[in-house]
Amino acid sequence: MFGLCALAGVLVVLTLVDVVYQLISNGQPAISKFGLGFVTSTKWQPNFHVEGAGALLYGTAVSSLIAVVLATPLGIAIALYLSMMAPGRVRAVVGPLVELLAAVPSIIYGFWGLVVLVPFIDSLEPGLHSALGFIPVFGPASPIGISVFTAGLVLTVMILPIISALSRDLFLTVPAELKDGAAALGATQWEIIRGIVLPTTVSGVSAAVVLGLGRALGEAIAVSFVIGDVTAIHPSLFDPGSSAAAEIANQFPSPVDPLHTAAMFYVGLVLVVICIFTSVASRMIAGRFDVTRRVI
Amino acid sequence: MSAVSETARLEGMPFDPTAPLTPSGNLRRRAAVSRLVQITATAAAVFAVVVLVIVCYGVASRGASALSLGFVIHNPSGLAGGGIFNSLLGTLEIVAFGALIALPIGILTGLYLTEFAGPRSKTASALRLALDVMAGLPTIIVGLFVYGLIVIPQHRQSGFAGGIALAIVMLPLMARSSQEVLLLVPSSLREAADALGVNRWRAVVSVILPAAFGGILTGAILATARAAGETAPLLICDSIGFNPLTTSLNLFHGVPSVSMFIYQSYDLPLAQAVTRAWGAAFVLMMLILIANVLARLILARSRAKMGR
Repeated sequence: MFGLCALAGVLVVLTLVDVVYQLISNGQPAISKFGLGFVTSTKWQPNFHVEGAGALLYGTAVSSLIAVVLATPLGIAIALYLSMMAPGRVRAVVGPLVELLAAVPSIIYGFWGLVVLVPFIDSLEPGLHSALGFIPVFGPASPIGISVFTAGLVLTVMILPIISALSRDLFLTVPAELKDGAAALGATQWEIIRGIVLPTTVSGVSAAVVLGLGRALGEAIAVSFVIGDVTAIHPSLFDPGSSAAAEIANQFPSPVDPLHTAAMFYVGLVLVVICIFTSVASRMIAGRFDVTRRVI
Repeated sequence: MSAVSETARLEGMPFDPTAPLTPSGNLRRRAAVSRLVQITATAAAVFAVVVLVIVCYGVASRGASALSLGFVIHNPSGLAGGGIFNSLLGTLEIVAFGALIALPIGILTGLYLTEFAGPRSKTASALRLALDVMAGLPTIIVGLFVYGLIVIPQHRQSGFAGGIALAIVMLPLMARSSQEVLLLVPSSLREAADALGVNRWRAVVSVILPAAFGGILTGAILATARAAGETAPLLICDSIGFNPLTTSLNLFHGVPSVSMFIYQSYDLPLAQAVTRAWGAAFVLMMLILIANVLARLILARSRAKMGR
């Protein structure tokens, strides 16, 4: 029995090692041709045998950043509501409902984003542009509502349940004595939150945010539906773009030549390095908090 | 501080503890800020629920018109007619195959972490980290990995490759959930088994696993539901090599799946094809949401049984 269990553990580690190995060996032609400059070169022109992941990584970074910036305050607010303010019955219903957001498959988010969210964005973007257009990131609205911004919004919905569920569990672990003590000293609920709850859980909440970031960085299908598949860097969020994972989803089934396939494996390698980094970072930030007990 | 005692202090008069407490401007401001935060937090929770409702309604309202009994029990015909029978069977087959691999390995990993590794074991913490990294792998990367591992050597995409990819998606979820449930099993059960002279593996098989059964089942359902909705690995490993109009369940050739059906229908320039895709999306979402609710009910029941 012990042997079997240990074997299962070894299998997990071997799989991970093999993931990296497969990406390197299949990406070899692209790795030797483009070298490390691949990461910063922004030309992705498979038809001309020129591939660089710069624009893809830019799209990945920007769309994920939008998602994290929007989902972090929202997720924390939801977690605060569920852990400290909601009456018992409301909590028992709303908590699972928020977690159900995480269960919806990414293809449905993509499809839904394209058909439901995009027309909505289409009506939202001109307003944002006219109000905030003096900042270059809020450029002229895209004519069809497909943009890096739309991708960021879809990702926001996708990582919101991760951040809120993990934060709620953390907030519930804050000792009642501390909160009651603060309340006895006359602190309002907001002062309890700012003075007690957030400071004691800051490391765990940051870990949850980084975890959500990792999820957003690697999302392929949902993003590929709404980001526009344009491999160029535009300063405006309302212009179409592409992301590393979405580009693989879009082009892997119909590669131009073997070099193109190898380049996509190389993109995958870069992406996996980033995601391993976020996973490890999330664990290290969590530090003293016992991450093994978290719920999702 | 009350307005009365504030005035008293300023005028150098002795503090009067019996003076009634009346809110000063400062206290009103603090209460208002707190109230504002409560309203914001409530609004955020309402927002999340509204988004869920909008997503469900958006899919249901578009998918319902395609839905009928025939939609579930007929194969597609042509580009726009018929149903999703073959895709449903295919998804079931691939997911079941993946689960057959991932669930035992996941449970064994969970057992290793809780029952066999010591609390300060370096190996265990390395394994936990490996599971975290595995759970954080983008699913499209899992697809690329299996493509290099299986599809390239076999020279064809297959349900087998897709199933292996889904197994890799499920494994860390399964390992983590079984680990959590096993930690909830009261240590008095283990001690009782030890006291009776039962060796560790007998205790695991006949005491600990049965006690944790409900929770492990919950984890298994959740992991399976997650895998059933995955598209990216199937797009890479199992998207060609089958006739989309017939039932083809040979695991070593292409096997159709609901998520690939949705993905591929979206490319077709026909309104009916898109309606059919919405119907498929509706079926897929209902299956996954029902599985999630079911899993939660099982968990609640087994928690109640364990007295927690």
